[in-house]
Amino acid sequence: MKLPHFDYQAPASLDEAVALLVAGDGGARPLAGGQSFVPIMAFRLAEPSMLVDLRKIPGLDQIEIGDEGVRIGAMVRWRDLLDDARLASALPLLPAAIDHVAHYQIRNRGTVGGSLAHADPAAEMPTIALTCDAVIDVIGSKGKRSIPAADLFTGPLMTSLDSDEIITSVLLPAWPASRRWGFQEFSRRRGDFALAGIAVFYDEDASGVVANAHIGAISVGDTPLRLSKAEAALNGRKIDEATLAEVAAVASGEVDPNGDIHASARYRKALVGTLLSRALSAAANRKA
Amino acid sequence: MKPASHHTQNSYVGGHIERVEDYRFLRGEGQYLDDVSRPGQWQAAFLRSPVAHGRIVKIDASAALALPGVHAVVTANDIEGEIPTIPFRRPNPTIGPYAQPIIARDKVRYYGEPVAMVLADSAELAEDALGVIVLDIDTLPPVIAREAAMSDKVLLFDEVKTNVPTVFNADKGDAEAAFAAADYTIRDQFYTQRQTALPMETRGLLAEWDAKLGKLSVSGAAKLPFFNRKAMAKMMKLPEEAVDYIELDVGGGFGARGEFYPEDYLVAFGARKFGRPVKWIEDRREHLMAIGHSRECSSDVELAFSKDGVILGMRGSLYVNVGAYVRPNGMTPVRNAAQFMSGPYRVPAIHLDAYAFVSNKTPAGTYRGPGRYEGCFFIERLMDQAAAGLGIDRLEIRRRNLITHAEMPYPLATVLPSDGRAETQCDSGHHLEPFELVVKDSNWAEKAALQGKLIDGRYHGIAIGSFIEGGASGPQENVRMELHADGKVGLYAGSSAIGQGLETILSQIAADALELPMERIEVFHGSTTYLKEGWGSFGSRATVMGGSAVLDAAKKFLAAFKIHAAARLGVTIEEVTVSEGVARTADGRSVPLAEVVKDGINVDGSFKNQTPTYTYGTSFAHVAVDAGTGHVEVIDYVVADDVGRIINSMTLHGQVMGAAVQGFGSVFSEELVYSDEGQLMVGSLADYLVPLASDYPVVRCHSLESYPSPTNPLGAKGAGEGGIIPVGGVVANAVANALSSFGVKPNVLPLSPSRVWEMIEDARAKA
Ligand SMILES: Cc1cc2nc3c(=O)[nH]c(=O)nc-3n(C[C@H](O)[C@H](O)[C@H](O)COP(=O)(O)OP(=O)(O)OC[C@H]3O[C@@H](n4cnc5c(N)ncnc54)[C@H](O)[C@@H]3O)c2cc1C
Repeated sequence: MKLPHFDYQAPASLDEAVALLVAGDGGARPLAGGQSFVPIMAFRLAEPSMLVDLRKIPGLDQIEIGDEGVRIGAMVRWRDLLDDARLASALPLLPAAIDHVAHYQIRNRGTVGGSLAHADPAAEMPTIALTCDAVIDVIGSKGKRSIPAADLFTGPLMTSLDSDEIITSVLLPAWPASRRWGFQEFSRRRGDFALAGIAVFYDEDASGVVANAHIGAISVGDTPLRLSKAEAALNGRKIDEATLAEVAAVASGEVDPNGDIHASARYRKALVGTLLSRALSAAANRKA
Repeated sequence: MKPASHHTQNSYVGGHIERVEDYRFLRGEGQYLDDVSRPGQWQAAFLRSPVAHGRIVKIDASAALALPGVHAVVTANDIEGEIPTIPFRRPNPTIGPYAQPIIARDKVRYYGEPVAMVLADSAELAEDALGVIVLDIDTLPPVIAREAAMSDKVLLFDEVKTNVPTVFNADKGDAEAAFAAADYTIRDQFYTQRQTALPMETRGLLAEWDAKLGKLSVSGAAKLPFFNRKAMAKMMKLPEEAVDYIELDVGGGFGARGEFYPEDYLVAFGARKFGRPVKWIEDRREHLMAIGHSRECSSDVELAFSKDGVILGMRGSLYVNVGAYVRPNGMTPVRNAAQFMSGPYRVPAIHLDAYAFVSNKTPAGTYRGPGRYEGCFFIERLMDQAAAGLGIDRLEIRRRNLITHAEMPYPLATVLPSDGRAETQCDSGHHLEPFELVVKDSNWAEKAALQGKLIDGRYHGIAIGSFIEGGASGPQENVRMELHADGKVGLYAGSSAIGQGLETILSQIAADALELPMERIEVFHGSTTYLKEGWGSFGSRATVMGGSAVLDAAKKFLAAFKIHAAARLGVTIEEVTVSEGVARTADGRSVPLAEVVKDGINVDGSFKNQTPTYTYGTSFAHVAVDAGTGHVEVIDYVVADDVGRIINSMTLHGQVMGAAVQGFGSVFSEELVYSDEGQLMVGSLADYLVPLASDYPVVRCHSLESYPSPTNPLGAKGAGEGGIIPVGGVVANAVANALSSFGVKPNVLPLSPSRVWEMIEDARAKA
């Protein structure tokens, strides 16, 4: 569990960073907080020729809140998100989810961009991005592009990024003040990766009928998941016991998780329903 | 009985005294193995078997040797003659062929077994080299589960025709007759999962060979440096005096760290062969696959009762997966589970067969409360089921069966074949005392109303259970006391420190016995350079054995002081009295201790004792179970034990609380899972889930000293393990109690959320 040999550069601009990645010809990797990638290297599951540390590049550590939504720089750390009081109204689902990420030490280093690029289906940020229809801005040798979250995550720890592309920010669309939301996650110990998690939000009309339901699931597939059948089952309904039970059953039926040493597949499948039902009742019962 | 007292002005013993070690640790001045390096040292890394069972066809290290900074690759071919096997600490007549060789030669028998050692300039380079060694193994069918192992279809050792090294029989009275006469019997099957002790500091060694003197020095000793020195000398074919074991600070042991492992020999072998200091620090991944595992035990056991709930007998079988080899104390958990399953209860007739079987998993050894935790889980589960079956209150059935003071000494079952401790008896105590204390302090009377209740979406349950803890393992401990030039007293102990506060405890005892301030005692421990012979810290023995030896040494020290003082004062020894570090005559003349420095005082003390102590106690748990997630919250946990004599309530409670929380890890989350092919699926602390500080409530503990042990002059009993012993049984019973409306039986550990939820679901499906 000692690191393999690698070269190290900490460029001062995005252009330089991209140039280093291009020169590395697939062997060079960006380094953000190192909280996922350094352990991977210590286990010798990756042996990059060079790490291109993004920490000296200016402008990647901003949280901007505007009309279009919340734009988060790639190098914003979990700690920065949790310390930003504006998010409680601008995007309350986000800090509620990030509160479940790892432990203090890791939150002080781990970054939003690193988590999105790492694309762990058990991580919170990728599912939040997917649930919120976020757009990820990247830069590479072919220039800039914006990738909808739904197109970013292609498999377990796999993305549609090219090897010379760097995530610069993620935009989470604006959030109406009246929006209802819930976040539920269950892990074996506080801070552990989730056995399953649910992020949900919806808008409702004056009579409490649900529209625009968005439901994301953590840790029950190869990628972060949107539960489109459960969303369809929820839209047009009022939240009551019958709705909760029905939507929960649809959600459970919609996922096909694997079992592992921490929990069986059967358990995880059921847990999705339980957590969704709890997230929805929290959403419905939260005082506006 | 009062403990034999030594008249003293001091009262450190029994106090609430902060640990003297902590000044060093809190200032970052601890010296652990990784803090020590030698110029020119090489770093070792081990190539380990990637398969559970196979024949080694070829090891080609040429690419590794070609790397810059890589100096050597040691394989079995470098060992001349027979591959040495690691000696047993507790031998019995049948385990000989199952001893672990220090490196695999022809066959590998577990995932993680060492097959080669790389020596390089740095740990990184050594690990690079591991990656390019070509290891060709023909796999053999893995033997993983009990059925496969005990069928003997595939043998781990071709020379011996069985995968069962030993079957221990625990016997007392006539179990057959007891069952024939019973009004009620309860029989069930249980399983405790494979775990490891997980000291925070992984193992590490630094071996140095002095070719001129022909001496080997091994730093990184823990637990039993003197035994390991003997073992090393024997395997190295060196005289014992040619081997020194040096103890540095040790970050936890819990029964696993400090036993002799293959790497211990190989690192020393490398130092001797190449004349370079060789250092090795185990990484966490290899720690999980290489250090002793423990606890994997299944059972089919039965209790017989009279209709009024009095236990008449116990019988059944236990099956312990000891892994691929029998390690130095690999049989201890097996024979312990059989001998101690009756625990705190009066069981007049016992017949248990405890099977040790080998498998293609990491070899097992001891872990805090070895065999006792398992046995306690089995019997406490049976007790609660019997209470329900007989319609007797759970407190009442225990009151009728707990051993009382009038029955002491109370003999337990005799275990054969003998490993030297076939017979044993509880030494003193009244089990109802801590029991009633816990009943009261846990507020049982009020909480009883919560049983099985669904409150805010969670089911509540409570349970109580009792335990015994064996301590003060024999045969002997030695100390030496020396007057230092600065007037301080150096105390050199054969006991070793594994983080338990040994320096504090021994200082307290010595300070009281010598009537000196604690600051004037300096404790040195654990290294073979201090004493000719010593034993160490295992089986909850250091306080009782080391502490009693300190009393002996102190007596001799004061006698020597008297002799020197009498000479200086020109009087007979009888005319001198000593108190608080000053020798006085009746006419008022005096000599302080510091004045006899030139005369020199250097005395040996020792304590011999083959009779273990039995601390005993009771614990209580209140849990709430979320049926939707299977999560169990421990809402309250109370434990009371009687340790004979409390030396330091702070370090004692540290032991009890720490052990209880470690037990929560055992019940809920820690498990060494293997695939069907024998791959260990647990590679880091993200997989092996030890309790975190915020996971559990504060354990409330009460310590008693109502019944001192008659076995030693302190009256003390070992107390380092008891806290973990009842946790499995008590917590599982609390979960059963919470879920009584479903009729679930939590007989298989750990109670992971997934397993708890599945128990409930399966019960729902059946209903
Ligand atoms: C014990 C432990 C527990 C954890 N628990 C959780 C948890 O509960 N939930 C959770 O979500 N996470 C958890 N994590 C992971 C943690 O949140 C990581 O910080 C995060 O996943 C990755 O962020 P990073 O900045 O550390 O990325 P790094 O480790 O530096 O990089 C990760 C990957 O992303 C690439 N990368 C980084 N930045 C960029 C970029 N801007 N553009 C393109 N590629 C980039 C790297 O090349 C690498 O492949 C845990 C980690 C540990 C060690």
